[in-house]
Amino acid sequence: MHDFTYHAAGSVADAAAKAAAGEDAVLMAGGMTLLPTLKQRLAQPSDVVDLGGVAELRGIRVEGGAVTVGAMTVHDAVENSSEVAAAIPALAALAGHIGDPQVRNRGTIGGSIANNDPAADYPAALVGLGATVCTDRREIAADDFFTGMFETALEEGEIVTSVRFPAPQAAAYMKFPNPASRYAIVGVFVARTAGGVRVAVTGAAGCVYRETAMEAALEGNFSAAALDGMTASADDLNEDIHASAEYRAHLVGVMARRAVAACG
Amino acid sequence: MPKDGIGASVKRKEDYRFITGQGAYTDDIDRPGQAWAVFVRSPHAHARIASVDTGAAAAMPGVVKILTGADYAADGLGGLPCGWQVTGKDGPMVEPPHPPLAADRVRHVGDQVAVVIANSAAEARDAAEAVAVEYEPLAAAASIDAALSPGAPQVHDEAPGNLCYDWELGDKADVDGAFAGAHHVTRIELVNNRLVPNAMEPRAAVAEYDRATREYTLYTTSQNPHVIRLLMGAFVLQLPEHRLRVVAPDVGGGFGSKIFHYAEEAILTWAAGKVARPIKWTAERAESFVTDAHGRDHVTVAELALDADGRFLGLKVDTKANMGAYLSTFAPCVPTYLYATLLAGQYTTPKIWCGVQAVFTHTVPVDAYRGAGRPEATFVVERIVETAAHEMGIDPAELRRRNFVPSDAFPYQTPVALVYDSGDYEGTLAAALADADYDGFAARRAEAESRGKLRGIGLSAYIEACGIAPSAVVGSLGARAGLYECGEVRVHPTGSVTFFTGTHSHGQGHETTFAQIIAERLGVDIDAVEVVHGDTSKIPFGMGTYGSRSLAVGGSALARALDKVETKAKRIAAHLMEASEADIEFADGQFTVAGTDRSVGFGDVALTAYVPHNYPIEELEPGLDETAYYDPANFTFPAGCHVCEVEIDPDTGAVEIVNFAASDDFGNVINPMIVEGQVHGGIVQGVGQALLEGCVYGDDGQLATGSYMDYTMPRADDVPSFTVSTRTTPCPHNPLGAKGCGEAGAIAAPAAVMNAVHDALGSRGVSRIDMPATPARVWQALNA
Ligand SMILES: Cc1cc2nc3c(=O)[nH]c(=O)nc-3n(C[C@H](O)[C@H](O)[C@H](O)COP(=O)(O)OP(=O)(O)OC[C@H]3O[C@@H](n4cnc5c(N)ncnc54)[C@H](O)[C@@H]3O)c2cc1C
Repeated sequence: MHDFTYHAAGSVADAAAKAAAGEDAVLMAGGMTLLPTLKQRLAQPSDVVDLGGVAELRGIRVEGGAVTVGAMTVHDAVENSSEVAAAIPALAALAGHIGDPQVRNRGTIGGSIANNDPAADYPAALVGLGATVCTDRREIAADDFFTGMFETALEEGEIVTSVRFPAPQAAAYMKFPNPASRYAIVGVFVARTAGGVRVAVTGAAGCVYRETAMEAALEGNFSAAALDGMTASADDLNEDIHASAEYRAHLVGVMARRAVAACG
Repeated sequence: MPKDGIGASVKRKEDYRFITGQGAYTDDIDRPGQAWAVFVRSPHAHARIASVDTGAAAAMPGVVKILTGADYAADGLGGLPCGWQVTGKDGPMVEPPHPPLAADRVRHVGDQVAVVIANSAAEARDAAEAVAVEYEPLAAAASIDAALSPGAPQVHDEAPGNLCYDWELGDKADVDGAFAGAHHVTRIELVNNRLVPNAMEPRAAVAEYDRATREYTLYTTSQNPHVIRLLMGAFVLQLPEHRLRVVAPDVGGGFGSKIFHYAEEAILTWAAGKVARPIKWTAERAESFVTDAHGRDHVTVAELALDADGRFLGLKVDTKANMGAYLSTFAPCVPTYLYATLLAGQYTTPKIWCGVQAVFTHTVPVDAYRGAGRPEATFVVERIVETAAHEMGIDPAELRRRNFVPSDAFPYQTPVALVYDSGDYEGTLAAALADADYDGFAARRAEAESRGKLRGIGLSAYIEACGIAPSAVVGSLGARAGLYECGEVRVHPTGSVTFFTGTHSHGQGHETTFAQIIAERLGVDIDAVEVVHGDTSKIPFGMGTYGSRSLAVGGSALARALDKVETKAKRIAAHLMEASEADIEFADGQFTVAGTDRSVGFGDVALTAYVPHNYPIEELEPGLDETAYYDPANFTFPAGCHVCEVEIDPDTGAVEIVNFAASDDFGNVINPMIVEGQVHGGIVQGVGQALLEGCVYGDDGQLATGSYMDYTMPRADDVPSFTVSTRTTPCPHNPLGAKGCGEAGAIAAPAAVMNAVHDALGSRGVSRIDMPATPARVWQALNA
C-alpha cells in the first residue's frame, strides 16, 4: 500500500468537500474492493475519504411502495431486514448471496454499484426493478446508471446517497456463481413491475443489461415456458477460464426460466 | 487403560493455544533489530536477464541491503539440491543447476532475481519496485505438451527436449504378451490436474546471525527442520551444523509444500550473515501461488487387459509428468517410486509396466503434495477398473472382488516391487458399500431422473504406501538419505515427561497422539506429558512429517524409546524394592514385585533416577532419558474403499456430491477423532481436485489462476456430511501396528468422485471428462 492521507467524513457535505480538496481522492465505503486494490498497489490515491461515520447514508426505509436503501447500508442489513423481506423478498435474498458473511458485513450497496463490477449482483436488482440512484447532486435511473465495465454515470466526486427500489408485483433473482469467487457467472433478475416485465442480466457481459427479447416474450405470457428454447446471444458475452460465451448465453436462459418460475 | 490412552478420542491438547490465538507461527516471531526482506520476482515465464540495476532502489529510505543473483554467484555458494536421484533408461536424470537467485535467466513467473532488505516491510516493498531488471523475454513452454513438441523452447541447456528422465518399471515385452491373450482391453486417457497447495499459513522465514557465537538461526515454515538444516547447511551455504539452528515453530498446514528446501530460506540466512541483523520474510498469498511447489500434473494413457471373467491380466501405463522449471527437493521420486510402485492397487494384476517421462516446463516446480504419486496411481487404477467394469457389463464392485488380493495372501509381493504387509480389501469394500447403501442406488437414480437430474455412483478401492520409509529400500531406489526417525523420552524427576520427536506437527495433532501413547505406556496423566518438535537445537535428529510417517515411523521410535525407559525404570524399581530385576512387573504406572504386594510408583522411580540418596551408581547410571532411532522394515499399506454419489444438473452442469462413504484400514488407531479429522480433510482435498481446483497456465506461462478469485478452493458447502469408519488389520512390522491416515482421503476421493461423475454422464454418451469437473466442463461435455 502506498501512503495516503486518511479522512473521516462526518456528513455527505463534509465528504464531498474533503474529496474535492484532495488532489486525487477516493471515497471509501466498506473498503471491500478499495482496500485490496490499494494493498496490491493497483491504485495510488492521495486521499481516502471514509464514509463509515456518515450516519445519514445508512439505513433502510419503506414508504409509498418503495424501498430506499442508504448507500452505506451493508448487504447483511438488507438480507436481514424484515421490511425488505416484506416488500421485495428477492432483494433480501440477493443480498444474502453476495460473498461471505465478512463481506456482507462490510460491503455496501453504494460501494457495489459505484464500482460496477460486471459480475456483481446488485446491478441486476437495480436494473431489474427499475430503481433510482440518488446522489448528492441528482437522481439517476438505473437504466442510465451502469454505463460499462466498471463504469457508471457518476461524475467526479459525486456521492451515491441511496437507492430507491419500487416494489414489484413479483420478482426473483437466480445466480449461477463462479465456483472460485462466487460472484455471478450469470445472474438474472426478473421482475413484473407496474411498467412491465424486466429481465436484467449480470455476469454474462461487460456490464449489466436487459434481455429485451425475453421481456417481450414474458409480457404476453409470464411463465417459464414462454422462455423455452431462448438463450442470450453469445456475441459480446464474456469468455474466460471459467465459462465460454456459449455457456454463459445458455445459462442466461436457464437462470431466467428459473427466476420466472420462482416468481410464482 | 488410562482414560486418555491409546484408542481414546482425546481432545487435542494443542487446540487451546490455536483457537485462543496463542499459536506462535513464524510470522509471529520478531527478533530485536529485525529487518524485512522482499523478493524481486520475474514477471516473465522465460527471459534472459540483461541487467539488474539496484542503484535507485538502494538509495531509497530504509534500505539496508540489496542482493542479486550475481552477488550470490560471486560468493561461490551452492544451488538448491535435489534429494532423490532417479535413473532412467538412458542413465541418471538431468539435474540442472538451481540457483536460489537467478543470475542470467529466469524460468518461471515468480523466479527470484533479487532480495531487498529494509528497515520495514513497506520500505522493502517500495525499494523492490524500484529495482530495475531488464529482461529479454524468451518463448516459454508452459505445459507438458508444449515442452515435448519439436522445437520447443528449452528450459535448461542441459536437458535437450526438456526431458529430465525417461524411466520405466517392468518388462514391457512381457506385459505385451499378457495383452496378446486378452479377452478385453480397456484404454483410458487422463489428466491428473496440477494443484496449488494453499496451506492456510503462507511460507515465511526469519533468519538471524549472532556475531558473538557465530551461530545462524533460521525460523521457517517447514515440515522437516533437520532436513532443511542438512540441505542448506551442507549443500547450499556450507555452514557447519553445530552453528546452524533451524526452528519450525507452529506451522499452519503443509500438505507437502513445506517439505522442500526453498530459495528464500537460504537467501535469508545468507543475507542475515551479511547484514548481521535478523531478517524476516513472509510470502503474500499471490507470492505463494507462484513459488510454493505445485502438485500432480500428469498426462497418462493406460491400458488394462482382462480375461473373459474379468480377471486382470496386465496393466500398461504411460505417463508424462511435469517437473516445472527446476527440480524441487523430492520431485523426481514422486511420479516414479511413489507412483508406478502402487499401480497394482488392491489387485492381483500379474504383469505391470509403467513408463514415465519427466518434463521440464516454464512453470513453478512440481513436487510432493498430499499423497504424492499415490493419488495419481490410484486415479489411474481406479478409473480404469471402473471403466472396464462398465465396458464388460460387470458390476464395478464385483469386478474388484474378483481381482482383490485375498486377505490370506499377505505378505503379498506385487509385480511392481512392493510387498504389501496386511489388509482386508473385501472387508473395507463391503463396509463402504453398506454405508453408501449401494444396493439402493438404482432406486435413487430413478427418483433423480424424475426430477431431471443425472445421478451416478463411483467407487475407489485405493492403496497407499506410507510410513516412509525403509531406508535400505529407498536407498536402492535413489534416495540420497535414509528415512529413519528419532524420538527422545525425557522423564523428569517428578515423573512428568517431555517427548522430543523428529517428526513435525503442522495440523496433525502430534502433541496429543504421542502423549496418549506415553500416558498409556507409563501410566502418567496425559497432562504430565509435553511433546516438543521442530527445533534442531532440542531434538537429536529427525526426518520430519510427510508420507503419513509420523505415527508409523516416529511413533515407533517413541515405542522403542519407551521400551528403553521401562527397562531402565524396572532396574531402578528392583533396586528400590531390593528385588531381582526379572521379578519386576510394570502396569498402570506401578512397579510390582511379581507375586507380592510390594510396589513402587513411576514417580518414585523417576525421582530415584535423578536425586537418590542411595544408588548403585557403579551398576546403574542415574537419569531416565532415553533416545531411540527407528528404521521401518517395510512401508505400511493403508487401504480402503471410498464410495461417492453425485447428482448432476444437466441444465447447468453443476455437480453436487450427495453422499460420500469411506471405510479405511489404517492399522491400529491411537485417537479415532483425529483420524476422522484427517479423513475428512483428505476427502475434501480430493473433492477439490476432482471438482474445483484447476491450476491454469496460459501458453505464455502466465498463471491464470493466481488468486482465490480464479483458483477454487473447496469450501464447507461443497461437500456433504461424510460417513467414515475404520476396519483394522494391524501393521505386522511396527511396534504400534499403525499404518497412517494422513493422505488416504486425498488419495481415494478423486477417483471415487470422478467415477461417480462418469457414471452419471455415461447415459448421455459422455465417455471422458477431466478433472476438475467444473460446471462449464460438464455442460460442455453434455453438449459436445
Ligand atoms: C471476497 C469477496 C467476495 C465478494 N463477492 C461478491 C458477490 O458474490 N457478489 C457481489 O455483488 N459482490 C461481491 N463482492 C463485492 C462486495 O459486495 C462489495 O460490495 C464491493 O466490494 C464494494 O465494497 P464496499 O462497499 O466496501 O466499497 P469500497 O470498496 O469501499 O468502494 C468501492 C468503490 O466504490 C466507491 N464508492 C463507495 N461508496 C461510494 C458512494 N457512496 N458513492 C460513490 N462512490 C462510492 C469507492 O470510491 C470505490 O471506488 C465481494 C467482495 C469480496 C471482497
